[in-house]
Amino acid sequence: MMDFGFSLSKSSTINLDTVDTTLYKKLCDMEPDARICMSCGSCSASCTAASFSGMSLRKVILALQRDQDVRPMLSNCMLSGKCTMVCPRAINTRHLILTLYRIYDR
Amino acid sequence: MKENIVIIGGGIAGMEAAKQLLVLGYNPIIIEQQDHLGGHVSQWHKLFPDMTSSHELLDGLSNQIKDANVFLETKVNSINALGDSYNVILNNGVNIVAKAVLVASGFHLFDAAKKEEYGYGVYDRVITNADLEAWFNKRADARIPEHPKAVGFVHCVGSRDLKAGNSQCSKVCCTTAIKQAIEIKEIFPETEVYCFYMDLRLFGKKYEDFYINAQRDFGVHFIRGRVSEVGETIDNRVQVKAEDTLTGKPLKVTLDLLVLMSGMVCNPRTNELAEMIGLNIDDDGFLKSKDNVYTIMESNRPGIFYAGACTGTKTVPETVAEARAAVLSIHHYLTQA
Repeated sequence: MMDFGFSLSKSSTINLDTVDTTLYKKLCDMEPDARICMSCGSCSASCTAASFSGMSLRKVILALQRDQDVRPMLSNCMLSGKCTMVCPRAINTRHLILTLYRIYDR
Repeated sequence: MKENIVIIGGGIAGMEAAKQLLVLGYNPIIIEQQDHLGGHVSQWHKLFPDMTSSHELLDGLSNQIKDANVFLETKVNSINALGDSYNVILNNGVNIVAKAVLVASGFHLFDAAKKEEYGYGVYDRVITNADLEAWFNKRADARIPEHPKAVGFVHCVGSRDLKAGNSQCSKVCCTTAIKQAIEIKEIFPETEVYCFYMDLRLFGKKYEDFYINAQRDFGVHFIRGRVSEVGETIDNRVQVKAEDTLTGKPLKVTLDLLVLMSGMVCNPRTNELAEMIGLNIDDDGFLKSKDNVYTIMESNRPGIFYAGACTGTKTVPETVAEARAAVLSIHHYLTQA
């Protein structure tokens, strides 16, 4: 292809018509509480790994609904379980993360 | 002879006030513009958070106010102070003298067509919350497809919108959107439902439970971002654009039905009435109470009282409670005078 000295960047728009939510639905089947997350950010604020790695369970749950790869972020989790202690919706977040590992392992 | 009390407006506030005034031995006279009582509630199907049938509620109330005088399809032509009373002249020629007047003239639903970017009245698949309630009641609306794949709700249409002239939150729309989203899921379980919100204001008893219910049991998707524009697709559906503020990315989705949650705005007829008799109007256009904490039912004029959404946005339980409070204020006013 001819080089015109510029390139097109990929659109960052989330298109919900084409988004693949298979993984998110699988998570919801195994962990129905994933649905009641209200994105308050308590999990991320208390996260042991957040300040060093950008780990955020709030973002993970949201990214799954937008079909984005959450594995790089998830790999930073140290399973401290602090997020479980602060979740106001009483989601067993540590268990939810382990379930996600299991889904990805398959 | 029983003391006349004029009630302007025969919605839920006016009806409840008439019921309580009858119990206390007064002669309530309801003046209603429409050809039926019940106001906005009569256009609704079910009320949150208990899914109460609005028709059963109104039927019960109607039965209890059979002894009240009701003028339907009637307007107040003029109202003047006459000594310690008020002379209320109706457009049917009737003249009523009463020591106390209760203004229960309610609100107007925001005209969604004013938010042109949402395409109400332009695109077939865009309706309002009131249109959807009418469909729940009658199941007849050509704009609502038989098997919608995706349905969206836009919160805060005309509310919290200085540009639309309304700074106020309409209070009921968040919970109504959740209620209607659940109802849609009950009718169409396979449909994806999206709620576009700025904040979810679920302040009342059971409202938050309603939200959790919608998320967990019905899988309603909540997207934090105000819809910026709506366009029609070639196959007659609507494409909605918003920012997904929680991921910080633009978002788009194609829907078979978009429901605009029209908010509550002041009733312009109430303002005409207020000018006739010198009642203070607040800067949001609603009637101005003596204060907003303790005497919401009282006006700046002795003998004129308020109940319900004529002073600001209210839920049904708030309106009913205020009607009762206003009746007690009227009773104290008349017995102490």
